[in-house]
Amino acid sequence: MHTAAHAMLFLLPQTTGYIFPNEAEMPWSLLIVVYPYLTGLVAGAFILASLVKVFNVKELQPVYRLSLLTALAFLLIAPLPLLLHLGHPERSYEIFLTPNLTSAMAMFGFVYAWYLMVVLLLEIWFTYRRELIVWSQGERTVMKVVYRVLSLFSVDTSEESAAFDRKAIKVITIVGIPSAFLLHGYVGFIFGSVKANPWWSSVLMPIVFLFSAIVSGIALVTFLYMVLTTLRRERINMACLDKMASFLFYAVILDFSLEFLDFIHRLYESEESIKILSELVMNRLFFSLGVIQVLLGMFVPLGIMVLIRVLRLDEELRKLLYFVAVILIQLGIFATRWNVVIGGQMFSKSFRGLMEYKAKIGGMDGFLMTLVLLVLPFIVLTVLIKVLPPWDRPESVAR
Amino acid sequence: MERRRFLKKSLTLLAEAGVLGGIATAAKTARAEPKGYDPSKHRYGMGIQIDKCIGCGKCVEACKEENNVPRDVAHFRTWVERYVIEQDGGVVVERVDPGSSGSHEPIPNENTVRTFFVPKLCNQCDNPPCVQVCPVGATFKTEDGVILVDADRCIGCRYCIQACPYGARYLNPLTDTADKCTFCYHRITKGLLPACVEVCPTQARIFGDIDSPASPLARFRRMNKLHVLKPSLNTEPKVQYADLDGEVR
Repeated sequence: MHTAAHAMLFLLPQTTGYIFPNEAEMPWSLLIVVYPYLTGLVAGAFILASLVKVFNVKELQPVYRLSLLTALAFLLIAPLPLLLHLGHPERSYEIFLTPNLTSAMAMFGFVYAWYLMVVLLLEIWFTYRRELIVWSQGERTVMKVVYRVLSLFSVDTSEESAAFDRKAIKVITIVGIPSAFLLHGYVGFIFGSVKANPWWSSVLMPIVFLFSAIVSGIALVTFLYMVLTTLRRERINMACLDKMASFLFYAVILDFSLEFLDFIHRLYESEESIKILSELVMNRLFFSLGVIQVLLGMFVPLGIMVLIRVLRLDEELRKLLYFVAVILIQLGIFATRWNVVIGGQMFSKSFRGLMEYKAKIGGMDGFLMTLVLLVLPFIVLTVLIKVLPPWDRPESVAR
Repeated sequence: MERRRFLKKSLTLLAEAGVLGGIATAAKTARAEPKGYDPSKHRYGMGIQIDKCIGCGKCVEACKEENNVPRDVAHFRTWVERYVIEQDGGVVVERVDPGSSGSHEPIPNENTVRTFFVPKLCNQCDNPPCVQVCPVGATFKTEDGVILVDADRCIGCRYCIQACPYGARYLNPLTDTADKCTFCYHRITKGLLPACVEVCPTQARIFGDIDSPASPLARFRRMNKLHVLKPSLNTEPKVQYADLDGEVR
């Protein structure tokens, strides 16, 4: 037993100060960083799409469908990290069958199902319904059947039916905005409602999650739009790009203000946990929070966008700078999720010690699996784009 | 006629569901409690007299043995902390390792103000955050006030581990489910004491019925000034400490 205990000591991450013995193992690993990151992208991409339909931001029309498909692709993969992280994934259905109604996590199934079924799938169906019928008529291969099935065997391509589609889309989007808020606000609530953890326990948490979600979603769709348009050898619509960047700019400012408010509030209240949280920020999270999240993920992109506005740079330079900015923002938001999820488990609830996290390379919750889960949504998106092109098909007549 | 048949059928179905439900409940009770035990007649609690604890770690050993707790240094249902409060305001806390040899008694020097041991375990909160957050209801409060985990139902999401302010929970590597102190539920429902209480050589741990005037816990509660851990979180622990120092969290 003694040697085993010593071997264990070497395996356990480095700690400083005193931690409760059961805290040596971090309950939530890298996969739980991926989960809020993916759902955030879903909510953000959907909010971007809704800007077109509800707020009539005409400039964003070129990315409307792309945003919807992006939201769907990421939503389909979002539960996977949760599932893989469970000790008993084979029992996960219990969340749906016997949910404990006082548990924020138990609401996952309902929020997710609502968002997938009622909001995203419906909106995408109404958006594509008429084209699906037209496409099925133009196809001869197996795709003809696929399009027929996807259109749910609808055959009406009349102007009245299209008008109904547009109306339906508007209604769904109006329902969809609070739903997207719910989806990611709820993820924030899962953390924000844990009173045992002072790093998480904050009423601002759902709102901070929401705005960082909007930031990451817009940044992702901007990135995808630039890459895909270039790959298709088409011209990037600069009015659309500038508009996205403008929304992104304000979203980052809001996100930063909220996080700053949270920071100031904690510092000013200076509660029992302030010492250990200061140590956490200054030691364990200095790089991921100070450097990546705030400096590279917020300040540099904000600086870039201010520069673009002030200097009235030409198109090519603007594109380049936007591209750099959205990648930095994406990196920053991933760091944000890391700082919440991993950061919140790096200090002891005795407030007397800090833990360290060493991600495994392999295994179900290791680094490689995380990479797979981050790449998977893009593969799903590729398939979705192949089946449901978000831009005009050359042979398509309907638009 | 149609309606009568429909009513009859629904009633039969309802009755069947009731019987099935009854069987399910019976199965559950049968697993947790022995025959003839009436949980509604009890409300368990523990008292810990800090000044009586000598840090021998027998309770930790007994607990690991009794409850098949992994024999490593990262999984404990109960553990003992040693505090050394220093003149300059420093506080040194260490876990007393039952496996280690030699004395657990700190050697005081001129900088030492006071030293003491604190046994820790699940506080069996009356307002338990772990039960609140469990998504599937695998963690629940029994009628006699003990918080248990149904290992056949737990999905291993670890939300309860995050929600516990006391670090009392861990993911059992043998079952991949959440685990923690049960007050030795399999023993107390047979009228026995929890293993840690049974072996404590100084009676630093007192177990009993909170509401029963005849229980040793009643005397402990009468004779001492009591405190609980992290009272500001309103978890309402049923493990109460006498002589608790303000440095203990």
